[in-house]
Amino acid sequence: MTNPTKKPRAVSLISGGLDSMLATKVILDQGVHVEGLNFFTGFCVEGHTHAIRKQDKEKQKRNNALWACEQLGIKLHIIDIVEEYKDVLLNPKHGYGQHMNPCLDCKVFMVKKAKQWAEAQGFDFIITGEVIGQRPKSQRKLTMPVIAKESGAQSRLLRPLCAKLLPETYPEQQGWVDREKLFGFSGRSRKPQITLAEQFGFDDYAQPAGGCCVLTDESYSDKLVDMWQAREANQQSRDYTLDDIMLLKIGRHIRPSPHYKIIISREEGEGHYLSGYRKQYITLRCVSHTGPLAMIDGTVKDEDLQLVAQIVARYGKGRTEPEVKMQIQYPDGQLKVLTVTPLLAEDMKKAWYV
Amino acid sequence: MPVIRTQQTIKQLANGDIVAVLCTDPGTLHDIPTWCRMYGHEVLLVDEQAEQICFHIKVVKPEEENDNDAANYEPW
Repeated sequence: MTNPTKKPRAVSLISGGLDSMLATKVILDQGVHVEGLNFFTGFCVEGHTHAIRKQDKEKQKRNNALWACEQLGIKLHIIDIVEEYKDVLLNPKHGYGQHMNPCLDCKVFMVKKAKQWAEAQGFDFIITGEVIGQRPKSQRKLTMPVIAKESGAQSRLLRPLCAKLLPETYPEQQGWVDREKLFGFSGRSRKPQITLAEQFGFDDYAQPAGGCCVLTDESYSDKLVDMWQAREANQQSRDYTLDDIMLLKIGRHIRPSPHYKIIISREEGEGHYLSGYRKQYITLRCVSHTGPLAMIDGTVKDEDLQLVAQIVARYGKGRTEPEVKMQIQYPDGQLKVLTVTPLLAEDMKKAWYV
Repeated sequence: MPVIRTQQTIKQLANGDIVAVLCTDPGTLHDIPTWCRMYGHEVLLVDEQAEQICFHIKVVKPEEENDNDAANYEPW
């Protein structure tokens, strides 16, 4: 039996983009108490990569989910799901999208987590900023009921931006939300959202291309697949750590051999970031000339180090010199200096570039 | 991650406790104060060094409210 005096409580999945911000505002304006949920998978684009790279310093360094919730005047709960998310990425029931993005499984998983959170915290329903047809893999008319069903949220899942194109939900049936004040957006156009943002007075919001996940990025996905292939070739599992997936965002990745790859920083910020791994990986730097910091991921034999040093040397100022000195630092702090001839461009095999 | 770790740490602390948060991510200059404003915690110090940022945060926890709306939510 519905309590007529109670103020309904909704939890909103906040990515930090415009759609989740609008969906939340639409429901807040109907007098519902809303709090935000943001899931940290390790694959989020914003913030981290920009924070590492100095050349991105003009880009806004902020967590857009936090920023959006502050604009909306609601609390945000950030949940670390790195460990649980592995199964979504490694074994997606609905497969991958254009790259290594398991968007449909990801959405089901996040709504399921939101449901668990909502039940534990005493919330009545879930809001998302989904729009039918906005994304080719997960946001289609056919996938909307799949998400509601597989997550277990069923009719407690409300998509305020496209609700008028979908069956009536529980919060509408209970009279907590007025269906007439919801929307019927569909398709890839952003115009309806931009118009609504103007009506709400939102003039600053994040609109990352391809969403907020690096798994929709071709280059990142290539590096992830390379990492898995190398592990399988070495009879290792595809399981990964947070450091593994963070390092895929950094530097040039060059794999001269199946058992190791070299990550070479592209600028000072990346070099600084990689230096934090000196106690876990072998690192290299040119000591006779200016050059990038590089690290070796995998197992190298002593005879491999000559080639590694030659490759890294060609990305430094001494690349045209007959010889340069490369310092190798082992995780235990032991140092070794190799004198090498930087590899010529024509000797760099195309297949090495990940 | 710095916000998540701060959030997790503060959950274990009592009202009035002070926690020092050390970060290397420049994004925290925005995120940590934003998160503190959201939850009512007080940022006592922001010390930005070349490669590290240090925050001192005083934990402010309001007294437990009798939240009838949460208690009366419609079971799923």
